[in-house]
Amino acid sequence: MPAFLLKRFAQSIVLLVIVSIIGFVVLNLIPGGPLAQFALDPGMTEADKARLAEQLGLNRPLLVQYFDWAWRLLQGDWGISFRDGNPVLTVISRHLFATFLLMGSSTVIAIAIGTWIGIRGATHRYSTFDYAATVGAMVALSIPTFWFGLIGIYVFSLKLGWLPAGNMYSIGDGSVLDYLHHLIMPSVVLALVHIAVWSRYMRTATLDAISQEFVKTARAKGVTERRVLMKHVVGNALLPMITLAGVQLPSILTGALVTETVFTWPGMGRLFLDSLGYSDYPVVMGLLMFSAILTIAGNLVADIVVALVDPRIRLA
Amino acid sequence: MTKFNKTSAGFSRRDALRVLGAGGAAGLFAPHLLGKPAFAQTPPAAPAGRIVVGLSQEPTVFNPLMPHIEVDDGVNFSIFDALFRISVDGVIGPNLASEVPSQDNGGISEDGLNWRIRLRDDVTWHDGTPFTAEDVKYTLELIVNPDFRAWRTTGHDLVRDITVVSPTEITWRMEEPFAPYLSFLTETFMVPKHILEAEANPNEAAFNQAPVGTGAFKWGQRLAGDRLELVANADYFGEGPYVEELIFKYIPDMTVLYAQFKSGDIDLVGNAYITPDNYKEAKDLADRVVTVEPKGSVESIYLNQELPVFKDQAVREALYLAMDRTAIIDALYYGVPTPAETFMPPQSYYYNPDLPKQEFNLDRARQILDEAGWVPGPDGIREKDGLRLSFNNSTTVGNHLREQTQQFLQQTFAEIGAEMKIENLPPAVMWGDFWGQSQFDSAMVGITYLVGGDPDVTYRFHTDAIAAKGGSGSNNAQYSNSEVDALLVEGSRTFDPEKRREIYSKVQEIIRHDLPFLPLFAYTNLYGRKAGIEGFEVNTNTRTESWHAAAWYWA
Repeated sequence: MPAFLLKRFAQSIVLLVIVSIIGFVVLNLIPGGPLAQFALDPGMTEADKARLAEQLGLNRPLLVQYFDWAWRLLQGDWGISFRDGNPVLTVISRHLFATFLLMGSSTVIAIAIGTWIGIRGATHRYSTFDYAATVGAMVALSIPTFWFGLIGIYVFSLKLGWLPAGNMYSIGDGSVLDYLHHLIMPSVVLALVHIAVWSRYMRTATLDAISQEFVKTARAKGVTERRVLMKHVVGNALLPMITLAGVQLPSILTGALVTETVFTWPGMGRLFLDSLGYSDYPVVMGLLMFSAILTIAGNLVADIVVALVDPRIRLA
Repeated sequence: MTKFNKTSAGFSRRDALRVLGAGGAAGLFAPHLLGKPAFAQTPPAAPAGRIVVGLSQEPTVFNPLMPHIEVDDGVNFSIFDALFRISVDGVIGPNLASEVPSQDNGGISEDGLNWRIRLRDDVTWHDGTPFTAEDVKYTLELIVNPDFRAWRTTGHDLVRDITVVSPTEITWRMEEPFAPYLSFLTETFMVPKHILEAEANPNEAAFNQAPVGTGAFKWGQRLAGDRLELVANADYFGEGPYVEELIFKYIPDMTVLYAQFKSGDIDLVGNAYITPDNYKEAKDLADRVVTVEPKGSVESIYLNQELPVFKDQAVREALYLAMDRTAIIDALYYGVPTPAETFMPPQSYYYNPDLPKQEFNLDRARQILDEAGWVPGPDGIREKDGLRLSFNNSTTVGNHLREQTQQFLQQTFAEIGAEMKIENLPPAVMWGDFWGQSQFDSAMVGITYLVGGDPDVTYRFHTDAIAAKGGSGSNNAQYSNSEVDALLVEGSRTFDPEKRREIYSKVQEIIRHDLPFLPLFAYTNLYGRKAGIEGFEVNTNTRTESWHAAAWYWA
């Protein structure tokens, strides 16, 4: 195990360096940059823009800018946001909780319902339920989230008036109940797609497990059908799900671009879109490194957990 | 959600008013025409209630001297004060200053070089420290400090020898006469010397995240990505404030911004306002006041004057004749904006109303091109001396209205034998060197020309302002006309408004003739607010709806 961890750690470092170089180069290849947004300001001159570029160090060669950024990062300095003047880590931390709340609750909903649908679809294969679940999953996967979101706002906020039209809380009301009230629509809308994904994977994994020899053996031994399903089938079917969860783990903290925009949710997804729109290089690079680290960590955790629960796998 | 009680109360009051015979139909169809109710509304004695302004971009820059966007202006105007304030009808009045300097009252010397500003003596910063001439000196010096990331420096870079005569009087000398500076000072917010001076680096000062000003509202708190809360400054020296809390709520999607206006989550739709496609529905919404208001910017097709085809006056004229502006405004913009002939906003004192009106006349356009020797080639595109009448047009990708406008133009241009190819770019690319260094053939842009309502457009149209030729301005069309150059210099050195009006009328006339850009329309904004909000006025000389939130109150 230690050898495995060491190897993975070394790989991760190389990966992070590659990601940072690609990210930095691509970001800077886009012409325009952070000063383009001021191009049409009344009274703004090209001379003013040139001065600002000089002050921000944007006119230095790309290589110099990269090494400057990387060197500071190694020392724990993630830079300062062009757009809002705060250190990048402060900016990120201010958006983390909102995203964690939204993504966390939608993931819980998605896993619970998706797993149930998947298992039931597999055990009742070709039933009306199975067909309905398949069609439902296809619909949920093919219709964009913003459409669901806008329809949700139209029906439940503007027409019925049951749920708020977005936002994380009412202004002047910070109660838990108010949070929950605002959380319902975005988390359900976001969960729709994840339910579809989870149910499809779970159905396939369950079907795989059902046809295994050990299930037949269990049945032959006279184990009750319920016990066969819960212990032998689902237990094994969940193994690939751990890997899937590991892959999806980073998204819990990196957020949902579209849903957060439609529901005016002040999370990481929107921070990314806004920072990209402003060419806020330090924040965009910060978010890129942040999600890269999370992705690597997520996969690592999944591998370790799978090795722990599956006696057939040994890490080396 | 906000002020739910108030809203429902306002609803019934307004309903009652209609029943009482204020003219229900008129009220329904054009509530804004009613203006203020017949009985005079008066603001409350003490600040009461809260107003939530919805914005489609997030305010993030709170040091008013650093580079910022429109939505930050709304916050700046609320927290800070400038020396002067420009009124709705474009008149500059005193704010932190106690009088507006002029050549008549001796505040500006006859040669325009020496300025003397007298200040109010009853102003304090939000922390209780008195505001004095030292703060003004510090602010003006900070802007030109080479280590400070100032927003724009035009005008400020001409100021020399700033002298604090007394706590309420300050003088300086200008390197050359520059009349627009007074307007610039209506947008130059004063920052506190005693706080910023103690900071090691003004670019990264703690002040920038929790500003202290003299304005009607004090900093409350910022919930990043969500909203900004300001609270009433009870010690404000001027009118107001009449609401306890002023909140700027960030709603990134324009559709959702409008939806939250309908649902009542926001009380007032701020920048970028209601989209024209929602106007029909919005104007009939119950308990909402929706108005069409002019804006200081003009949408136009910029023609790069260095492109060989655009060097020919006949081409520029013919293209202008081939623009079906009425169809574009009606079909795409729901008839909301108004046609324009000049860069000057129609509501400006300096607007020239006598410019020839554009007509959509394809026959005349063809005739002009024929006479100029542009002959249709085998593919129908005209040619002259081996030059094809073909050019690209660029604007930002994803702006559907502009993309559809391009298609309208493409068709009518084709009918006169001119080929316009569409080559659109993402905003950051479009407004980078492509625009700044005039690398485009032609570009569709909406531009606000005036700073603080001043008619000076030297940085847009003077020959020395062509950045692509080493100039320092933003003359992106690379327009060059020696007569305009001379007039612009004269205008910026003239302080008398009437004389300036003559000068800038002439400038508009020449530019209308030369057509370095083909005007499409003057922008309008669709403002929306809840019916109970009073004291709200639109000021096209500023970039924000919140230029004077101090006067807002709930009736």
